[in-house]
Amino acid sequence: MFPDVIDTRPLRRAVDNGLNWVVRNWGTELEAAASPLLRLLNAIEQLLLATPWWLIIAILVGVAWLATRRWQLPLVVFLSMIFLGVMDLWRDAMVTTALMIAATLTAIVISIPIGVWMSRSTRVRQIVTPVLDLMQTMPSFVYLIPTVMIFGPGRIPALIATIVYASPPLMRLTDLGLRNVDPAVMEASQAFGATPTQKLFGVQIPLALPTILAGVNQTTMMALAMVVIASMIGAGGLGYQVLQGIGRLEVSRGLFAGLGIVALAIIFDRITQAYGKRLQARIGISEAR
Amino acid sequence: MQAKLSVKNVFKIFGDKTDEALSRLEQGESKEQIFEATGATVGVRDANFDVDEGEIFVVMGLSGSGKSTLVRMLNGLIPPTSGEVLIDGEDIADCKKDVLRRIRREKVAMVFQHFALFPHWTVAENAAYGLKVKGVPAAERRERAIAALEKVGLGSRADSLPSELSGGMQQRVGLARGLATDPQILLMDEPFGALDPLIRREMQDELVVLQKELKKTIVFITHDLNEALLLGDRIAIMQDGRFVQVGTAQEIVSAPADDYVAAFVADIDRGRVFTAEDVSNAAEAVTLGEASAEDAMRAMEDLNRHALYVVDGANRVAGVVTYQDLAAATLDNGAPNPILEDVMLTEYPTVDADVQLYDLYGAASAGLPIAVTDDKDRLVGVVEPEAVFAQLSGENGEQDAVPPPSVEDEKIKEGAHV
Repeated sequence: MFPDVIDTRPLRRAVDNGLNWVVRNWGTELEAAASPLLRLLNAIEQLLLATPWWLIIAILVGVAWLATRRWQLPLVVFLSMIFLGVMDLWRDAMVTTALMIAATLTAIVISIPIGVWMSRSTRVRQIVTPVLDLMQTMPSFVYLIPTVMIFGPGRIPALIATIVYASPPLMRLTDLGLRNVDPAVMEASQAFGATPTQKLFGVQIPLALPTILAGVNQTTMMALAMVVIASMIGAGGLGYQVLQGIGRLEVSRGLFAGLGIVALAIIFDRITQAYGKRLQARIGISEAR
Repeated sequence: MQAKLSVKNVFKIFGDKTDEALSRLEQGESKEQIFEATGATVGVRDANFDVDEGEIFVVMGLSGSGKSTLVRMLNGLIPPTSGEVLIDGEDIADCKKDVLRRIRREKVAMVFQHFALFPHWTVAENAAYGLKVKGVPAAERRERAIAALEKVGLGSRADSLPSELSGGMQQRVGLARGLATDPQILLMDEPFGALDPLIRREMQDELVVLQKELKKTIVFITHDLNEALLLGDRIAIMQDGRFVQVGTAQEIVSAPADDYVAAFVADIDRGRVFTAEDVSNAAEAVTLGEASAEDAMRAMEDLNRHALYVVDGANRVAGVVTYQDLAAATLDNGAPNPILEDVMLTEYPTVDADVQLYDLYGAASAGLPIAVTDDKDRLVGVVEPEAVFAQLSGENGEQDAVPPPSVEDEKIKEGAHV
């Protein structure tokens, strides 16, 4: 085996003590700082639970129709939602959707500005990229431990873990999308006297939107993938059903809740992708010429 | 009068060691030597020119000659390394960002080689972009954008997307976008370079027509000498970042400054460069009612011509008499002085002074001298058919230089590049 070069115990102890110190001295402040996140999550959850099931189905089917103008996707959405209702998974599905929406919204608010910043400065990009690599490859349990220690088990650490896990693709794709906008078009914008803000919001972001939307799609999918792990620390929802299925060796419970997650994934994936394609079609043809 | 646009001692060097590169340039080192020594690329060196209001100034050069860099320094898209770029006396090479933006919004618009339209907006929204940036309200914006589109013949496509239009139409949108803000100066960076030849010709002709109405100050970049000669009031030929010759089309074709220019000139279409004015002689004529046939014949002998125009008292062309006819008439009548009116031909070729030689072939082949007239039908010059053919074949110039092989190579590269 690799020879013992140093004694790692003091190092580990230092990390542990450091975290304990943060929890003791800053726990309350950090929890207060994260409370808007909790409020956002609760508000979305309450809204979804208070809305009648048929209205939610109608809205989602309507959105699917607007995104594709065909009957296939609305039908798939309709059947998936009916499945959730029939299998007695509606409430859990709403809780999971609320977590996903809250995580995605927060990720958008954080990631798009960082993506914009990365696209404008190579230096920022060089610093942020390895951090994103770390966020994506580090097993999520690793950062669950400190977040749970700081915030206690519950929805805040679940939400934070989901955001950490789901943000990187959006940052990367925002950066990529903005960098790939035709420089000739940007130059034209500048030649007509546009300010940097007019250039960014009038030309660059709209043209990067299909790529940014692909990032949003990735983020929603990754947020959904996180629900089982998040349920271990108190997020509830479909993930909790899966967890119970494992705990009780109840295959059916785990299977149906798992299919419920798949149903949600299909709905949100297909809808966001369809919007991306519409945008791409509008912008893309002329670029191909 | 102050020039609309004035460029003074402008240099552009890309790279880090610009100071060293500048001093090496002063010592007369070449672009390649400087690149090897410093890693800096010389884009433009010592450009000096003025463009007057309403003039089309064409900069012609091959790819890599620095012409695109030069045009981008005229609206500050690329800042010059040194020198001054004055627009109405205001130096845009050295001014604050908001001043530069104001000049771009108010005075200088640009048309791009690859159109650079905004693909997510309709044609009208594209044309309105300059106005949007200036903060013009939406309704007025659309109205003015559509007016600009109508000027370029695209009024009916206002609500199409650029992707639905052909290349030629897309560039019309690019032109309309440039015109919508009613700028005084239009920078055109190889605007027709990406179009196929037929459409290119059409656009060139339309630009000439449009310019008669608009009278913008235009800086036009091209790699096509025929295009330069057709459009330019004055033309600058650029090579390796510097101007090798600046002059009118006629000056450049009839007296190329060096072998490089001569090589270009060798295969241009001379018929489109020169006009009737360039080959016409003085408006020698005899006046009806004053001159006798004898006077006319003597004048022809003196001038060494075989035909002479006859004008009335107001210098309007009445007809043409040939020596042959006069001589025959004199013999027939036996009388010494036939009346000019009886002998003169009233069918004669006539053209305006600015007609291209290309359009004189037909008239010249009739064998009679061609009357050059002004808009009131007054005689201003006479073109001998021989002069037309001599000018077309380049015989009265000295430009039969053999193109050096290096230039040919560069042309091939340019062709592959497009």
